Amino acid sequence: MTASAPTSVTPPGPVLSVRDLRRTFGATVAVAGVSFHVDRGEIVGLLGPNGAGKTTTIDMVLGVLAASAGSVRIEGLDVAVHRAAALERTNFAAVYAPLPGNLTVAQNLRVFGLFYGVRGLGARIERLLDELDLRRFRDVRCGVLSSGEQTRVGLAKALLNDPRLLLLDEPTASLDPAAARDVRARIRALARQGTMGVLWTSHNMREVEEVCDRVLFLASGRILLEGNPRTLPGEHGAATLDDLFVAVAHHPLQAEPG
Amino acid sequence: MGPRPRRVGAVVLRQLYLLRGSPARVLPLFAWAAVDIVLWGFITRYLDTLLAPRLGLATLLLSAVLLWDFFTRVMHGVAMAFLEDVWSRNFLNVFASPLMVSEYVLGLVASSVLTSAVGLAVMVALAGAAFGLSMLAWGAALAPFLLVLFLTGIAFGVAAAAVVLRFGPASEWLVWPVPALLSPFAGVFYPVATLPGWMQAVARLLPPSYVFEGMRAVVAGGPVDGALLATGGALAILLVGLAAWLFARTHRHCVRSGLLARYSAETVS
Repeated sequence: MTASAPTSVTPPGPVLSVRDLRRTFGATVAVAGVSFHVDRGEIVGLLGPNGAGKTTTIDMVLGVLAASAGSVRIEGLDVAVHRAAALERTNFAAVYAPLPGNLTVAQNLRVFGLFYGVRGLGARIERLLDELDLRRFRDVRCGVLSSGEQTRVGLAKALLNDPRLLLLDEPTASLDPAAARDVRARIRALARQGTMGVLWTSHNMREVEEVCDRVLFLASGRILLEGNPRTLPGEHGAATLDDLFVAVAHHPLQAEPG
Repeated sequence: MGPRPRRVGAVVLRQLYLLRGSPARVLPLFAWAAVDIVLWGFITRYLDTLLAPRLGLATLLLSAVLLWDFFTRVMHGVAMAFLEDVWSRNFLNVFASPLMVSEYVLGLVASSVLTSAVGLAVMVALAGAAFGLSMLAWGAALAPFLLVLFLTGIAFGVAAAAVVLRFGPASEWLVWPVPALLSPFAGVFYPVATLPGWMQAVARLLPPSYVFEGMRAVVAGGPVDGALLATGGALAILLVGLAAWLFARTHRHCVRSGLLARYSAETVS
């Protein structure tokens, strides 16, 4: 991976550090003061039922939603203060944020590559087209691609700048099993290189067990559980991660820490 | 950190890609302006048969139409470039990137420079070829007129984008009629002195009214009134500053309130 914007020396500490992050909408508390971190080389699963506060948390990490309190630091840079520098090291893919359908795959990647200050952009685009099996769609408008193909284009955009922090909001939701397996393997391989940390949301608990090094269970805007997805169910008397998810989602108070 | 040309250029590149791939986007750059020139060209030709041709009615009205359409193209050019992101639901991708608000707005302005230049070139060529109006005969005097109108178009375009950002996609309809609402006050086709007092007061705040007063003086054979244009220019620069401030403030509000992250919902309540 040579085509990236953040080429400076890797600073020590976690790639993402979230401290006492809180967000309210009027009387509604969407995120109630969460703290967590993502280390380099680590894939952290952010799990929780619909409305738990996962997307609100991601929006605050991406700087498109201001926090009511608390801070988000990406490689030590406070997103609220050094937004552009922090986001140069970050990228994301989400099913609810497809790239413009009226531009071709290559055009979209070029425009966003320029936004992210990617050096050697042409070569980087061609490489990602091959890696994500998008070569034949290079000059096809994104709007006519299937949802799975659009998801792969979104992933290509998310990897353009070789981010230090990668946010993936249900990245395999629209993919067939083979493509989903490829994506999981690719993201794991990238994380294992040790420079990138990944925050991954998914409702597929088998996928989470396979991919994530650590998971955070979020419900009603709070982190209720945290740990290794392979050992966490046994520690809390559940047979599987699925069972634990259902238990936490339906009875969040019983899982309250402390 | 100041604006980075590569990021500004990316906003323009996106617009060029869209224009290249869509005749439906290219045609409006000059089609309506061309229709205006043809319509008013024949109207003035007819009026010249009724009135004394030496009054220069054709030159006066056609010049006014051409300059006002230029202002409209500039304003709509900024708004169109912005609305492309509204229509393609692209805000999250754009504003979660390192692109700064100043770079985004500069990109919208640069996009409008390109699209309005196409419209202006077609209008000048058509007015000259079909009706003998030679704007180029104005020489260097034309430049300040165009500059004031350009700056005013940028200001209203950026302000319109801020309104759509704040009030959501449905407020798009507010953008298109703005030039039509302004034209009675701007004295496009008649001297500002024709207007009642309260409308004159509004006209004095609008840079185009100084342009059209100056234009009428030039068409009548007089010199360019430098003081008039300087006043219009100063007002236009002030409006550009106010519009940029409004957009930045609106963006900040949308980030704080949650409107940006939930833009299509138009509300976060």
